[in-house]
Amino acid sequence: MALRTNVLPGFGLSLGYTLVYLSLIVLIPLAGVFLRTMELSWGEFWQVATSPRVVASYRISFGLSLLAAAINAVFGLLLAWSLVRYTFPGKKLVDALVDLPFALPTAVAGISLTALYARNGWLGQWIEGEWGVKVAFGPLGILVALTFIGLPFVVRTVQPILEDLETELEEAAASLGARRWQTFRHVLLPILTPALLTGFALAFARAVGEYGSVIFIAGNIPLVSEITPLLIITKLEQYEYAGATAIATVMLIFSFILLLAINGLQAWTERVTGRDR
Amino acid sequence: MSIRVENIRKQFGNFVALDNVSLDFPTGELTALLGPSGCGKTTLLRIIAGLETADSGRVLLEGEDASSTSVRERQVGFVFQHYALFKHMTVFDNVAFGLRMKPRSVRPSEASIAEKVHRLLDLVQLDWLADRFPSQLSGGQRQRIALARALAVEPRVLLLDEPFGALDAKVRKELRRWLRRLHDELHVTSIFVTHDQEEALEVADQVVLMNHGHVEQVGAPEEVYRHPSTPFGYSFLGAVNLFHGRVEEGGVRVGDDSLPHDHDDLVHGSEVLAFARPHELEIVTDGSRSDGVAATVSRILSFGVTARVELDGANGASGRHFEVELTRDRLLELDLREGQAVRLAPSRLKVFPKPEERPAQRRGR
Repeated sequence: MALRTNVLPGFGLSLGYTLVYLSLIVLIPLAGVFLRTMELSWGEFWQVATSPRVVASYRISFGLSLLAAAINAVFGLLLAWSLVRYTFPGKKLVDALVDLPFALPTAVAGISLTALYARNGWLGQWIEGEWGVKVAFGPLGILVALTFIGLPFVVRTVQPILEDLETELEEAAASLGARRWQTFRHVLLPILTPALLTGFALAFARAVGEYGSVIFIAGNIPLVSEITPLLIITKLEQYEYAGATAIATVMLIFSFILLLAINGLQAWTERVTGRDR
Repeated sequence: MSIRVENIRKQFGNFVALDNVSLDFPTGELTALLGPSGCGKTTLLRIIAGLETADSGRVLLEGEDASSTSVRERQVGFVFQHYALFKHMTVFDNVAFGLRMKPRSVRPSEASIAEKVHRLLDLVQLDWLADRFPSQLSGGQRQRIALARALAVEPRVLLLDEPFGALDAKVRKELRRWLRRLHDELHVTSIFVTHDQEEALEVADQVVLMNHGHVEQVGAPEEVYRHPSTPFGYSFLGAVNLFHGRVEEGGVRVGDDSLPHDHDDLVHGSEVLAFARPHELEIVTDGSRSDGVAATVSRILSFGVTARVELDGANGASGRHFEVELTRDRLLELDLREGQAVRLAPSRLKVFPKPEERPAQRRGR
């Protein structure tokens, strides 16, 4: 065992602490979800978990979360790029603004977004009134809210990597005849991909669990704009605890599989790019 | 291909990095830009490459004004001090990069790219590393790969920015010889930047000595070393002993002492700087002689073929330190001991009028 030769003391203590802490904070509550679900028979579980309204909500929650995370990956990268590469007046302010979705109570975000995009709102009167695109009280509104709350994740994970990038790499590429977009595509993007994937995964995870900002703007129309967390709350309010945990279990498993997949993808990109050596 | 720069001027804020520099780099030769850090040598190299633009002046490549073209269009190979290899690509992909980035119409086929890459890797003697990643290579190997990568696009000129600056002394020496051999094989016009005078003198066909954004001297290594034309050149190229003095009849007066020297063009009474290399100073133990400068022996270092004696100046030269190089036999003959009072008589003395103080400059690239 390598344990004996380890010069850092306290392995046993820190491992024990880690396990106890994780158990109290994460594992036991999650196990509770499964235990409560087991009150249902398999048939009952299946019926709750696959009822049309619930299935529609999975599609909305996971689909829109993935889409929002993808949007954030693209625009978050752009934002991080501008913040790192250029100096402009008010740069510090913009940098601070990026964190706002972290700090703002989600309900406040939901209400302000709704006010903005509703038919009589500042933006809504143009988007909906002039062009007939319904944002607030529909799936598009959910996408806006999920994009809003996920923005800081990509920016904050990509930013430090961008800051550490040697400009010499770009100069070398240019001296070898690469055009700007070729340099971006073949030199910069591969270096940024692992960080970008981390940011994407975090933004996605956050979006899947988001409740506060979404319910105001979603309109919550069954089969159209109901997110899964809302259905769980609805069940709870009707004292159907087992039903609520059944949906929660499905969500838990889905999220876990997706995060695992993203982590695997990340490990793979690191391997093919020789970073782990 | 010939390179010529005309009246190049570059300023970073208040700092003048290059002040009206004009130079010719002969075709097919290896030129060293030599100078202390902050002298503008790297800036000049980057301006020639097109990685930096001059405030004024022109860069002529093969007689054509290239000042307004980008680094991409200039077809120069550039090698960076810290290699700048693409870490996410294998050695093979790194070297192939320039070929693969060519527009589709002129891009060679993958097969001919592979052939060319292997030929280049053979040239730098690292073909067996083709599938490794840069992080698995040593510093010297990385720099050779960086060179192969630069050569892949068949550059018209090769520019190397302190190529061996990040390597340890032994590898440095090896790569120095290797670069020289490679250049003799390829004969591509090359410029390399260094602050190591030994490196410049050993490798280059022509040395350009720079200081404070000016060119101090241009010449063959031998000439620059033997006949420095400025006090800076004298003190930068090799160890020297410096005497501050004033011109008098038949010599230079240093405090109470006098150093014999024939001057033809120096004004009597003017302040001068006199230089002598360590091997050009003789230690005189005979107390009856009065030529030379008084000094006391502070340390005797007698390992290797030659011995070194360090001395502290006395009288007029007090507060100055001198270094004398002599053979072991001569050292035994003199029978010096530390603290002994002696005189230093130069066998050869190079005298320059004292230059006017330059205004203080902020340091930068």
